[in-house]
Amino acid sequence: MANLKELAARGDKFTGGHRACAGCGASIVARQALLAAGDKPVVVTCATGCLEVVSTIFPYTAWDVPFIHSAFENSAATISGVEAAYKSLHRQGTVKEDIRFLAFGGDGGTYDIGLQALSGAMERGHNMLYICYDNQAYMNTGIQRSSATPRGSSTTTSPNGKKIPGKIQFRKNLTEIMAAHGIPYVAQSVVGNWSDFTKKVEKALAKGGPAFIAVLQPCRLGWGYPPELTAELGRLAVETNFWPLYEVEDGRYKLNATPKERKPIGEWMFQQERFRHLKKPEHQSIIDDIQKDIDARWEQLNKKCSL
Amino acid sequence: MQKIILAKTGNEAMALAMKQVNPDVVAAYPITPATEIVQIFSQYVADGEVKTEFVAVESEHSAMSACIGSCAAGARTMTGTSSQGLALMYEMIYIAAGLRLPIVMADVNRALSAPINIHCDHSDSMGCRDAGWVHIFSENAQEAYDSMIQAVRIAEHKDVRLPVMVTTDGFIISHGMERIDTLPDAEVQNFIGKYDPLMHLLDVKKPFTIGAINLTDYYFEHRRAMVDAQNNSLKVIKEVGAEFGKKFDTGYGLIEKYQLDDAEVAIVALGSTCGTAKVVIDQLRAKGVKAGLLKIRVFRPFPTEEIAKALENIKTVAVLDRSDSVGGFGGPVFTEIRSALYGSAKRPQIAGFVYGLGGREIDMEQIEGLFMDLKAGKVKADSVSYLGVRE
Amino acid sequence: MSELKKYKELALGGNIEKGGTAVDFKTGDWRSSRPVYNPENCIQCLFCWVYCPDSAVILKDGKVAGFNLEHCKGCGICAHECPGKKKVKAIVMEEEVK
Repeated sequence: MANLKELAARGDKFTGGHRACAGCGASIVARQALLAAGDKPVVVTCATGCLEVVSTIFPYTAWDVPFIHSAFENSAATISGVEAAYKSLHRQGTVKEDIRFLAFGGDGGTYDIGLQALSGAMERGHNMLYICYDNQAYMNTGIQRSSATPRGSSTTTSPNGKKIPGKIQFRKNLTEIMAAHGIPYVAQSVVGNWSDFTKKVEKALAKGGPAFIAVLQPCRLGWGYPPELTAELGRLAVETNFWPLYEVEDGRYKLNATPKERKPIGEWMFQQERFRHLKKPEHQSIIDDIQKDIDARWEQLNKKCSL
Repeated sequence: MQKIILAKTGNEAMALAMKQVNPDVVAAYPITPATEIVQIFSQYVADGEVKTEFVAVESEHSAMSACIGSCAAGARTMTGTSSQGLALMYEMIYIAAGLRLPIVMADVNRALSAPINIHCDHSDSMGCRDAGWVHIFSENAQEAYDSMIQAVRIAEHKDVRLPVMVTTDGFIISHGMERIDTLPDAEVQNFIGKYDPLMHLLDVKKPFTIGAINLTDYYFEHRRAMVDAQNNSLKVIKEVGAEFGKKFDTGYGLIEKYQLDDAEVAIVALGSTCGTAKVVIDQLRAKGVKAGLLKIRVFRPFPTEEIAKALENIKTVAVLDRSDSVGGFGGPVFTEIRSALYGSAKRPQIAGFVYGLGGREIDMEQIEGLFMDLKAGKVKADSVSYLGVRE
Repeated sequence: MSELKKYKELALGGNIEKGGTAVDFKTGDWRSSRPVYNPENCIQCLFCWVYCPDSAVILKDGKVAGFNLEHCKGCGICAHECPGKKKVKAIVMEEEVK
């Protein structure tokens, strides 16, 4: 894996001057992914959403690589077309370089509206890495719940109200759905652990074939915390076992980090405005439910990793 | 040059044209009645008869998305669909045109749900008439074959750079077997030439961004540029059609006039109905009725001036629409023609007829009846009626 | 921003013909506080650089050399992530004086 000095020597391919919020985690994902991919040429696409909107306001683009955006639900399909063109033109000898293909989508564009296109592209076996920057809601349109939004979270379409205290349902486990595709590489990473993420991007691109990485991406606006905590809240999600770092390589599960002592989920949740209403004593049962769910999922994951 | 005479259905003819174009990428999804195009093409791929990378996507939305990615990556790209498939693509149809990607698509015209129906009408392609694509209709399998080849040249022309859809009437053309003249592969390749994508994503040393967000300051300008491209395509379509005629004997324009110049009564139609109308016109002419036809081959760009001129000496014209603009005044062809004639000093009386929805047959008797009604002054000017429906 | 172009002066399809043109867009005036660097406390771990969302940490010969204040939005991630030397940070945030 490239160390920070080596990454720095590669130079940024995702530039400053984009319009993301101060402290935006999605920008960190894009920047670190391109640094990690940077030893080979890449073509990038991005689903409509925060990352795309802030990075390509005409005539300014933060992408210093060939970049295409077409719509919201189809970044996997779009990049699969680019990759098909590459296969064809490379075979015909008109394109000579060894090129990698990278797609970004938020959780809305990946867990929800783009799931079909993603599943299709993965099944077809395109040589592509799909990175989901998962900030657990539709942030670009103003913080609406998605199927990645965790239980209890107050969003603008699952608001904390007099009768209903935020989102009722648990989040969907997309990483497991992707693992079920039997593709060569699936992983979870997080904003706040650059070396884990860099390693995974490098590995995914080196393996060839379809690969998927879900990156938990704290969003200061949608989660409600001071901007300097973006990386720290990512790490805390790992330390509470809410977001385990693991990978599934050719079907084999591997945990990449085990907290010395699992922190209670409240330590992570109550630093965020979206969960603050659950501090009331009458909602303790919800916190207990969430903690139970996290512990059960952790146990299941550990079983898979010990196989 | 020796042409090769073959018996082909419309779908087979379009698939053959695609094979001879030999695109770099085809991304497509099956749908009745266009499925055969994808199916036949897949066999060409499986047999190694084309160099194409075939992407068997999981939906039409992804088909057009993949075509957009592929075309932006510098690959000559084609696809085919119909009806609900085109409707599912709708979002991407606009984007393909807006990004100025010269994708060529076969669309087998089929009615849109509901009720679900698999037969011909033009509501699918008419539904995206404002998207910025060039729309070429075919009267028969021969035209479908010829137009698919010309479409590549039109789409890729430097003054156009727009996607092109070539349509056939579902089942009527797509599944009807005809004798067609086909060209040797090499002639097709010579005619279409090499694709120069100008800029493309695989040119990794020259990174650029395609599909950037435009705010109030630039969106309008980029859409305005498309209008010029559509206007430019009027000339390009005629040039390509004429060159095709010079090389292969059958030339093509934007419209076709059949016994129109001295006609007293005329109908305007698109697609396979034109073939039926020509037979009726021949019979009526033999009886001394001065009947004529204006066939619209190219609906986008709309050949406003040519149509106004072609109709200026006719007394009464019936415009046949195989789709309706529900809640509007007449179908899209009627609306466009009425608008085109507004500025003419000499203009005929016109009436609109919506017919053939969901594959409802239109036969020779009905067309003859229409001509006779026009002649007898029984058709009310500026009216819209429904032909062949039980009222 | 430069003068707005007329439609015929634009590239086909709304393409932005070069990569990375966003460097010309200044976001520094969004800032309400700015990072201040004290090299004496810096161990050159580069965490500030790798976590900066705005590529605003300037490196020279692989070492932190300051900040690009035309892009820095003042989020403070750099200061927060900075381990410093003997628990004294090499980056601290100071309020912008307008």
